[in-house]
Amino acid sequence: MHPVIRTVLQRLGLGLVTLFVVSLIIFSSIEFLPGDFGQAILGQSALPETVAAFRAELGLDLPMHERYFDWLGGITRWSNNCAGDMGNSFSGRGSSGGADRSRPVIDLIAPRLANTLFLASMAAIIAVPLSLFLGITAALYRNSIYDRTVNALTLTTISFPEFFVAYLLILILSSFTKLFPSLANISPDATFWERVYLSALPALTLTLVIVAHMMRMTRAAIINLMASPYIEMANLKGVSKAQVILQHALPNAWAPIVNVIAFNLAYLVVGVVVVEVVFVYPGVGQLMVDAVTTRDVPVVQGCAMIFAATYILLNLFADIISIITNPRLLHPR
Amino acid sequence: MSKAGEQGYSAAGEVGQIKARRTLKENIWRGLKTAPPTAIFGMAVVAIYIFFAIFAPLLAPHGESEIFPMSYAPWGGEFVFGTDQLGRDILSRLIYGAQNTIGIAFATTLLAFAIGGSLGIAAAINRGWVDTLLSRSVDVLMAIPSLIFALILLSMFGASALNLIIIIAVLDSTRVFRISRAVSLNVVVMDYVEAAKLRGEGLGWIMRREILPNIMPPLVAEFGLRFCFVFLTIASLSFLGLGIQPPTADWGSMVRETAGLIQFAEYDITAALTPMLPAAAIALLTVAVNFVVDWFLHKSSGLKEGH
Repeated sequence: MHPVIRTVLQRLGLGLVTLFVVSLIIFSSIEFLPGDFGQAILGQSALPETVAAFRAELGLDLPMHERYFDWLGGITRWSNNCAGDMGNSFSGRGSSGGADRSRPVIDLIAPRLANTLFLASMAAIIAVPLSLFLGITAALYRNSIYDRTVNALTLTTISFPEFFVAYLLILILSSFTKLFPSLANISPDATFWERVYLSALPALTLTLVIVAHMMRMTRAAIINLMASPYIEMANLKGVSKAQVILQHALPNAWAPIVNVIAFNLAYLVVGVVVVEVVFVYPGVGQLMVDAVTTRDVPVVQGCAMIFAATYILLNLFADIISIITNPRLLHPR
Repeated sequence: MSKAGEQGYSAAGEVGQIKARRTLKENIWRGLKTAPPTAIFGMAVVAIYIFFAIFAPLLAPHGESEIFPMSYAPWGGEFVFGTDQLGRDILSRLIYGAQNTIGIAFATTLLAFAIGGSLGIAAAINRGWVDTLLSRSVDVLMAIPSLIFALILLSMFGASALNLIIIIAVLDSTRVFRISRAVSLNVVVMDYVEAAKLRGEGLGWIMRREILPNIMPPLVAEFGLRFCFVFLTIASLSFLGLGIQPPTADWGSMVRETAGLIQFAEYDITAALTPMLPAAAIALLTVAVNFVVDWFLHKSSGLKEGH
């Protein structure tokens, strides 16, 4: 078998195993809840019969492995676009009996996931080209005033918490100049450009946060590469600067650059939580924070699984790209 | 090695003699003289924060959760930075916030290093199934973004200061485990470690006396970076309402509580700046620690180029 295919398959297998173990951890977190779960949700005054019925309805009386496969099956059925669920949300389940207003987790997550993906891709579309440009130019004109300025600015923004950047932007671009709205409460029937306008500030916040990381990592990767002996050899041979970069450096630079991008898109997954809360953006992050506050465990599990899966898949994707662009593997001796 | 120099040769004694030619004060002074302005700025800021954190009860004009009948009071007068939605003095809460936020972040980082550091060094000494098991579980734990993992665990156990410290410390100890295992792998192959093993020294002694002194510089730098990370995570969680719980004064939750004031910027700029104060306090401390760590890394690794 070609070594590239073998390495890719190995990496894919490892990624799937990680995904499986992570789903197991997220699912079993409910098992470590101290005390009886039904009692905790329904309250002290609940009758034992009510608690038993509640447990039976949630399937908590089934053995753990059965529930796990039921839950996992829900996710996979859903990803095949069929009717599937991840269980029902606890919210709306009155402790005093009454009508059951709880909703399936999937109905809560699905529309918000589209919003979150929209926000994340908007930030990525601005941030990735910008930071690659800044990083590569800073590396090429190393120690110039330009390089020093960009470096100092990014080191400062890296240290800022997301909500500081967010409120700073609100203060400048919303409160004073009234350019953008400070709340990104997108209604489901908003048009595309309305969405872009409303999510401009959250996207800008995310952009500022990840550009700093991405730019610094790109710069370090390029500097590292430009210091290697074969680049110096090409320079000494008298190859033009453009050719050195395009033909000698770039084939080896793909792997670190793709890794940098994936790492930061994965970072976006986490950053999105805080930013969504600041701007009251109706995304998965805000849903998860609300669910944690009310200890609505099925919703927390669903959101966590989506975030973790995105994170793992992005890293897997980056690894595979860096394997298949690696010149050393493509031309084995 | 109880008392150096009493019975036969002692390496610690010999090194001590050479070191003693310069007093500690001189050594520190020599280090400080070469420090770049950014590092001096960073150290000054950190020192001021620590001062405020320790002497908070003496410096704060009012109590931490003392409630006055005037909510959202404007700046100036009795309340320098006004009051919050319940009528608590912002300045006093900022000063107490230094104590709570920095204290909790520091305790968390220490705990993370105690867990991750000791397991990492132990795994490097005893390769084998313990090492494999620990490394693989750390791989899996690190596959979940730590803020998301912290959210899951907080929803399970509820948000309280103690839960927060334990959860963040355990999650962060994975990173500490990685780095301390990696750096001690280079040390455990040294002859003096082998000699100590043959001498019959115990695991604890080897970890503390043979390995730890040799991996201190990278660990100290990592401690600074980890502290920043933990500090930002706790601030973010508190901002989300899931970290340090009221009425404890804490910068993250202070931003959340006064954030609404930002929309009054055109009428009263000072009101809009109120939520920015705690946020800026967080940002300034992280910038300062980063500057100090940057300088320390340059100094200890001898790197001249910034990457």
